[in-house]
Amino acid sequence: MNLRRLLLISVPYAWLLLLFLVPFGIVLKISLSDQALAIPPYTPTFDLAAGWQGFVDFLSKLDFENYSWLTQDDLYWKAYLSSLQIAALSTVLTLLVGYPIAYGMANAPTEWRPTLMMLVILPFWTSFLIRVYAWIGILGQNGYLNQLLLWTGVIDEPLVMLNTPFAVYIGIVYTYLPFMVLPIYATLEKLDHDLLEAAEDLGCSRFQAFWLVTVPLSKPGIIAGSFLVFIPAVGEFVIPSLLGGSRTLMIGKVLWDEFFSNRDWPTASAVAVLLLLILIVPIVLFQRHQQKMQELDA
Amino acid sequence: MNSTPAVATDVFAPWEDPGATPLIRFDHVTKRFGSFTAIDDLSLDIYEREFFALLGPSGCGKTTLMRMLAGFETPTEGLITLGGQDLAGVPPNRRPVNMMFQSYALFPHLTVADNIAFGLKRSDMAKSEIAGRVDEMLALVQLSKFASRKPHQISGGQRQRVALARALAKAPKLLLLDEPLAALDKKLREETQFELMDIQEKLGTTFVIVTHDQEEAMTVASRVAVMDHGRLVQVATPEVIYEQPNSRYVADFIGDVNLIEGRVLECTGGKCRISWAEGVDPVTAIASETLNKGDSCCIAVRPEKLAISAQRPPDAVNALSGKVLDIGYLGNISTYHVGMPGGRVLKVQVANHNRLARRPFTWDDEVWISFTETAAVVLTS
Repeated sequence: MNLRRLLLISVPYAWLLLLFLVPFGIVLKISLSDQALAIPPYTPTFDLAAGWQGFVDFLSKLDFENYSWLTQDDLYWKAYLSSLQIAALSTVLTLLVGYPIAYGMANAPTEWRPTLMMLVILPFWTSFLIRVYAWIGILGQNGYLNQLLLWTGVIDEPLVMLNTPFAVYIGIVYTYLPFMVLPIYATLEKLDHDLLEAAEDLGCSRFQAFWLVTVPLSKPGIIAGSFLVFIPAVGEFVIPSLLGGSRTLMIGKVLWDEFFSNRDWPTASAVAVLLLLILIVPIVLFQRHQQKMQELDA
Repeated sequence: MNSTPAVATDVFAPWEDPGATPLIRFDHVTKRFGSFTAIDDLSLDIYEREFFALLGPSGCGKTTLMRMLAGFETPTEGLITLGGQDLAGVPPNRRPVNMMFQSYALFPHLTVADNIAFGLKRSDMAKSEIAGRVDEMLALVQLSKFASRKPHQISGGQRQRVALARALAKAPKLLLLDEPLAALDKKLREETQFELMDIQEKLGTTFVIVTHDQEEAMTVASRVAVMDHGRLVQVATPEVIYEQPNSRYVADFIGDVNLIEGRVLECTGGKCRISWAEGVDPVTAIASETLNKGDSCCIAVRPEKLAISAQRPPDAVNALSGKVLDIGYLGNISTYHVGMPGGRVLKVQVANHNRLARRPFTWDDEVWISFTETAAVVLTS
């Protein structure tokens, strides 16, 4: 391999090393440390001046105590499970909302499509945090939604929506919708209209043609969109803490509490490392799928 | 076979039999897209077992005509019947018509066998019979070995056959082929044309093919309809279309032709003498209708029906002298461009029976062009 090529390849690897592997190594190290009243709030810290002996001492003080702690307190695995469940359900809901949007966009007249695409991306122009706060105003006891329902006479007294899992689902579906819509739109837009006519010609009704041709052919988009929603939703912190109240258990919130309320960095790091390990399974599946699709295209 | 009545002929020509009922009937059909008229008050009968070609340049309405048969477009006015049944309001999935798409439209997520089975699974055919039917269709198009491949794993020619097999699997009364061979290279296209004819003959299904390739239409079709601007210009067998075009448009669209504008000098007994340039002998040609003296007309004569010689052939009815301007060598034939007095250039095609080195004429030679009176057709429209 010549030098030029090596140099070229080394750039992305250097980025990965610097931005992913090194921080992960630090987190992993903290997760193996013990809590301490110090700055930083854990021991041991690595001391270069102590030389080789110092390094061996340092290694001998690391242990898996925090990980075994995670298994003892059922708060953690309940939080993990609840996170996975909320993320999975939110992904399904996002798909149910997002697919019709993407389908409508892909079948809209060509001159409308850029505008529709713009409308899907538009929320990104405002801070995510402000948009989630806006939902507090909508879902609250005296929020707009309750006011509207009371005014129309659908309900007699305000519904409790804020600080419930319902609000969390609303928040996640709302926030991650573009990540579902865009990949599905990309696959639907490429769909050859002749295929649907061929299906109809061969005896399908419109709905059968949709189910037997459109849906299978938009599968890559559905899968990509689902992963793009599911993976960040598992670790979501802002939405459950702003909209979910204290009753909604999610691992992102637990992580936050460990770091900032308990100041227990080692346990928090262990939670983070475990979360990563849990997410690696779907990520690897996702990547393998992407690779397969690319091979199919080639 | 012994009981065949004596009047019956071996030639398949139901369109000449006034008692025959057509399978498809277009009755004063008009199709408009907004202010654009794609099909203009068109009436046409297509008979069972025909291989019918719709031929014309892009935008002439041939594809619209086909899509109306498939049910993807509905006529603005007029009636289309199939086997006597009015097709209005019958959706594509309920018509006994299948279509082979120009893009083939094979389902990329299904195997070759599943593509062929797709239509059968939507029909009331028993599940146990489907596999047998698929095998039969695979054998018909010689693709049995590729049953489990996906469409992207086979060649363009094989995809074309899968599309054909899929469209034929449900044994439709009518098969529509939309530019079926356009994506194939020339050699494969020519082979496939003959295969299509074989399959059509074997199955006896009525085929309607849409094409802009006049050679393809001439090769495969029992009858050809030449279309222009949403109208039928001529509907006839390939021989008639070629030998007796009814208009300048048809003559010019099908094959090579020399079109010479002229004026009728006299017309008796179907023979017309036509003057076409000052100081040149008039030309004698057969006209299908009686023309009056002074009528303007056009003589159409195919390049291969012209003979070229160094001296005036003594017994030639029509002989014109000119000068060789250009020679195009195509291997099997050579095309001579011969300049006439008055600047007109005639194309003459001569089969190359001899080696090129023995070519009798070369650039700037004075030559005579001659043709018989039946070689030329007099056109008025």
